[in-house]
Amino acid sequence: MQPLTPIFDRHSDRPLADEKSSGPLPLPRSFPGGEKPRPGKMRRSKKQLPGLAGIIGFLLLWELIPRVGVVEPRFLPPASEVIAALITDFSLTAFWVAVGETMLAWAIGLMMAIVLAVVLGFITGSSMVLRKFTNSTVEFLRPIPSVALIPLAVLLFGVKIESTLMLVVYASFWQVFIQVLYGVADVDNVAMQTAKSYGLGTMARVRHVVFPTALPYLMTGIRLAASVALILAITAELVIGSPGLGREIALAQSGGAISGMYALVLATGLIGVVINLVMRFIERKTLSWHSSIRSEAIV
Amino acid sequence: MQSETTPAPAGKTLPGNEAMLSVRNMKKVYKTDGGDIEAVRNLTFDLKAGELACLVGPSGSGKTTLLKCIAGLMAPTEGEVLLDGVKVSGPPKKMAVVFQEYGRSLFPWMRVRENVELPLKNQGVPKAERDRLVDDALEAVGLAHVPQSYPWQLSGGMQQRVAIARAVAYQPEVLLMDEPFAAVDAQTRADLEDLIRTVWRKLGVTVLFVTHDIDESVYLGERVIILSSSPTVIQEDLTIDLPDERDQLNTRSLPRFTELRHHVYEQIQLAKAGHRPTAAAQAGH
Repeated sequence: MQPLTPIFDRHSDRPLADEKSSGPLPLPRSFPGGEKPRPGKMRRSKKQLPGLAGIIGFLLLWELIPRVGVVEPRFLPPASEVIAALITDFSLTAFWVAVGETMLAWAIGLMMAIVLAVVLGFITGSSMVLRKFTNSTVEFLRPIPSVALIPLAVLLFGVKIESTLMLVVYASFWQVFIQVLYGVADVDNVAMQTAKSYGLGTMARVRHVVFPTALPYLMTGIRLAASVALILAITAELVIGSPGLGREIALAQSGGAISGMYALVLATGLIGVVINLVMRFIERKTLSWHSSIRSEAIV
Repeated sequence: MQSETTPAPAGKTLPGNEAMLSVRNMKKVYKTDGGDIEAVRNLTFDLKAGELACLVGPSGSGKTTLLKCIAGLMAPTEGEVLLDGVKVSGPPKKMAVVFQEYGRSLFPWMRVRENVELPLKNQGVPKAERDRLVDDALEAVGLAHVPQSYPWQLSGGMQQRVAIARAVAYQPEVLLMDEPFAAVDAQTRADLEDLIRTVWRKLGVTVLFVTHDIDESVYLGERVIILSSSPTVIQEDLTIDLPDERDQLNTRSLPRFTELRHHVYEQIQLAKAGHRPTAAAQAGH
């Protein structure tokens, strides 16, 4: 029922490299974020078939490899066992608590990053001087991988949600910030002059011209940031041991509960898929007017 | 104001308070890294209230520069623009501009109705009044049936009608149009020209219509102001003595239309060739 393609999304298969790689490329006007236009609704159900077949094939292969003994089952349990463990997890309160903790860190961190990036991005983006002034600093700070900040986070906050938040905010901030800068720079001169000639003041122009222009970029930034935030939330929990799914994975591994560990990894993947779907849905709803989404029709 | 040594070639001016729009000794120099570029040297003319004047000139003659200075989107280097006796220092409230690039001037994230409504909303016009103005404006341009469409769902000509409706709803005293029909096809253009004449007569608004199309300027205007090539001065300020009732077939086949068209064409050719009006030629005004 759901489109399965996002599993192979370019943002989720390259976890940590991703926060650096989606940098400031000159974006084509019609596809902010370099996204390809989406297929129409009509074609989607047919397009799902190969994707679905791919998933089934993958699961079959996973089932077979440990069963025929290519890999020892204690390193890679068969898919059926892992899925069974996952279903068991679904009935455990502890699992949902861990999911809740991860999602809380994800949501708070993402929110903080978005608010910060939007405010700073709009201010910086609207001023040529400020943009030139901050450019080199941004280019220096942005490539620092969030995980390099783990020791600092632990020093500052210890094994608490704040540590996770710090990494999440740092990583997702740049995704949104850079997109907002591009969005603000993309404001059309004629649109701006139209607004001025009709007496729209600075705030009205930001609201009615700059913000809608930057919105497609912002949405792309938020979607990228949402994936990155999840990656960083899990990483922080895994490495630092702050509460959440990441820590559960580490605990399962050290406790020898291999199927359980794989089940949790699968759970994080599913969360990633759900996040991506929700983000795309929001994007489609907010940007129905945008050329990458709208269907051209002459009345 | 007028310099003693070099009398400015001037367009028609009106005494004191009769002018709705006055351009006085306007000069615009663009400062660039490669040196100063003098786009407009000296322009002086008046528009009386309710007049429809066309501004033609060879390409690159600073038509758009002049229009932006009048619209308050750009400050002239020297001289001034007066709207109803008040110096223009920013976009004035009584003025609306229709740009050539309708696709960029209309906001794609707003429906037709919202686009037309936005300037009124921004001014704090009450809802009921706003609805009436928007309905009337859409009706006037023949688009009452598509208020819920997005601009990009409409054809080019329809989009420019939306932009005109937005200007009409704003109830300006002066309407500036910057080559508004340059990007639409010939048939649509003829329709839109007639629409402008209709709207102008119905509202009694003062219109300054910038165009590079000689036929269009003669067909539309009561007066055609011909600009020289850059640095721009006024080449000629010509009264169009065609009957007030105009239609595409009959007006355009009048001998007088052909004469006027011929005259304007000649002047533009002269302007292109670098001919500049002498001070003596302007003495009559």
